[in-house]
Amino acid sequence: MAGTLFDKLWDEHLVEPQSDGTDLVYIDRIFLHERTGSIALASLEAERREVFCPEQVFCCMDHIVDTFPGRGDETTMPSGRDFIVATRHATQEAGITLFDLGDPRQGIVHVVSPEQGIVQPGLTLVCPDSHTCTQGAFGALAWGIGSSEAEHALVTKTLRVRRPKTMRVVFSGELSPGVSAKDMILHLIGHYGAGGGSGYAVEFAGAAVKALGIEARMTLCNMAVEFSAFTGLIAPDDEAINYLRDRPFAPKGKAWEQAKEYWRSLKSDAEASFDREIHVDAGQIEPSVTWGTSPEHAVPISGAVPIIDAEDMPGLERARRYMDLEPGQRLRDLPIEAAFIGSCTNARLSDLRVAARVLQGRKVVEGLRAICVPGSMQVRAAAEAEGLDEIFRDAGFEWRESGCSMCFFAGGEHFGYEQRVISTTNRNFESRQGPRTRTHLASPATVAASAITGRITDPRDFL
Amino acid sequence: MSLEPFVQWRGVAAPLLRPNIDTDAIIPSREMKRVSKAGLGEGLFAGERYVSASGREPDPSFILNQPGFRDCSIILAGPNFGCGSSREHAVWALKEYGIRSIVAPSFGAIFANNCVRNGLLPVPLPQQQVEDLADWVLEAPQNHRIAIDLEQQRITGGSQELTFTIESGARHMLLNGLDAIALTQTRWEVIEAFHQNRRSLRPWLYES
Repeated sequence: MAGTLFDKLWDEHLVEPQSDGTDLVYIDRIFLHERTGSIALASLEAERREVFCPEQVFCCMDHIVDTFPGRGDETTMPSGRDFIVATRHATQEAGITLFDLGDPRQGIVHVVSPEQGIVQPGLTLVCPDSHTCTQGAFGALAWGIGSSEAEHALVTKTLRVRRPKTMRVVFSGELSPGVSAKDMILHLIGHYGAGGGSGYAVEFAGAAVKALGIEARMTLCNMAVEFSAFTGLIAPDDEAINYLRDRPFAPKGKAWEQAKEYWRSLKSDAEASFDREIHVDAGQIEPSVTWGTSPEHAVPISGAVPIIDAEDMPGLERARRYMDLEPGQRLRDLPIEAAFIGSCTNARLSDLRVAARVLQGRKVVEGLRAICVPGSMQVRAAAEAEGLDEIFRDAGFEWRESGCSMCFFAGGEHFGYEQRVISTTNRNFESRQGPRTRTHLASPATVAASAITGRITDPRDFL
Repeated sequence: MSLEPFVQWRGVAAPLLRPNIDTDAIIPSREMKRVSKAGLGEGLFAGERYVSASGREPDPSFILNQPGFRDCSIILAGPNFGCGSSREHAVWALKEYGIRSIVAPSFGAIFANNCVRNGLLPVPLPQQQVEDLADWVLEAPQNHRIAIDLEQQRITGGSQELTFTIESGARHMLLNGLDAIALTQTRWEVIEAFHQNRRSLRPWLYES
C-alpha cells in the first residue's frame, strides 16, 4: 500500500501498539538542554531510574546561558548558574555528551544537532523543547515533548504516542526575490491559523520547498509547532544528505554508503494519500511580518492591522491594544526601538549572510538597539571567517556568543518595557522578549532592513 | 512515582476564554527559577495576576484574584490553550495552584500530554459548550460549580449535561493514576528485542 513519508517513519519505529490506543514508538536519539533537561535528569536520579542508552543522548547549554563575550557560569538570569551546574553534573553522571560553555561546538540545540550530524534522515529524535520539529527538515521524525516524556524516553528508549493524522502542505511555483522560508511559514500560519496544523504531522513539499537550501528548510519546519502541528518534515534529497557528509556523528565510509541508500528511499509514494492537503502558490508570498501577539497575526509587509470588532473579537482587540496599534494601521514604516537576529528559527550562516548583504556599507539608525546572536559557535566562527562579523559590527549590531538569548525573557536580559522589537524569532507572545515588550516577527532580511531605517521596512528596498 | 487518580471532580471554575493562551502566559520564563518541579504555583499567570512584573501585589482585575473565584480548580478556556513552549512548568504551576482540569475547544499537543502525565484532565469540548458553561458559572461562581466525571466522560454545569471524548490511553492513565514509565517497563522484553533488531537494521546509528 502506498504510504506517506511520515507513515514509513512511524511504522519503522513502531515497537507495538498498546491496548490503550497509543503506539509504543522507539526513539533513536534524545537531546536535552539545561532548562528542562536538568529537571528531567534530577527527577530520574531522585527516583533511582537510569538512562538506558546514554551514548544516544546529547545535551546543549543554550537556554539561559549569557551571550556576552567572556561569559561564564554566572548569568544575568537569577539562579541561572544552578541550572548550568546541575546540568553539567547530571550529564556527566549519566554519561551523556554535553556541548558545554567554552566548547567550540556549543550553540542552540536545533542548530548544533544538524551541525554535528546527530540528526539524520529516517531516525526519531525528541527533545523537551517545542522547536525540535526544526530537525524534521532532514526527513527525520523529530518532535518536542515535555519533561515527563523526556524522562520516559531516557529510561525506556520509547514514548507512548497517539499516531497523528497526516497533512501535506505543497508550496508550488517559485519564491519572489527577497522572500524567504520565514515568510513562507508566516504566510501559512497567517492564513490557516495558529491551530491550523493541530493533530497533524505536516510534510512540506512542492517545487518551492525543493528549491530551498537545507538551512531554510529548517526555518520552515521550525515553526510547524507555531502551526500546532505534531511536527514538520521534508523528504531528504541530496541537499539534505550532502549537508551531513563528514559531520562528526554522521556515518563514514561504507556505513555512509549504506545509510545514503536508505535515506534516498525516504519519501512519500506518488499515490500516497494525506488526511489533509493545503496548496500555496509560493509566487504570491510577500515578505511577511506579524502585527499582534500570536504568529497567526501575520500579514504581508504591505498589509495592515485588521479592523477589529472589539465585542466579537476580544482576543484580537487585546492583541491590538497590547501592541499599541490602531485598527487598519499599516505595518510598513512603523517605528521600532530594537532589532534582533537570532534563535533556532533564523540564526544559521545563510541567515546571517542575507542580513549582512542588507547591512553592508550601511548603519543602523541612531538610538536603535541591534543585536545578532549566531545560532552556534560554529556558525559564529564561519561567519567571522567570511568577515560577516565586521559587517554587523560596522553597521552598529552587537555581535554575541551563541545561545537562545532574547528569543525569550528568562528574568535576565530583555528588550525593555513596551519597547517595539523586530525579531527573527518564532514567538510574539505577550512579554515573550521582556516585560510588555512588543515583538514583530519577520525574516532576517526584513529585520536588517528595518534596523537601518528604524521602521518596519520591505527588504526588497535594499536587495 | 504514582499520581493521584482523577475519577470525579467538582469545583469552582474560572473562564479564561481568549484563544491561544500560551505556556509563556501560564508561567512566564522568568518565574522558572529553580531546578525543580515545585515552587511554581506562585508564578502561575504571573504576567496578568500581579500589578507589576517584579512584585506580588495581586491585580484585582485578574479573574483568579476575584473573591468569586477563590479556590478555583477548573479553568474554562479558549481554543489552543497551552500552545507554544513545551515547558512542563505550566502544568506543574497549574497543579500546585490547585487546578485539576482544563476545559477547552482544543489544546497545545505537548501541553495536553504534560497534563495527563501529571494527573490533570484536559477536557475537549466544542467552543459553544465551553462558552455556555462559562455564562452559567459567571452568574454565581462560588455556587455554580462544575462537575466532571471521567469514568462517564460527562461534565455537568446546572442544566447542562455534556459528554466529552478523550483518548482512551489518557483516560486509563488518569483514572488509575498510572506512572507511564512503570507501565512501559512491563514491555521491557519487547523493547529490548526491538532495540537489538534496530542495531542490525540501521547499524550506522550505533557506530559513531
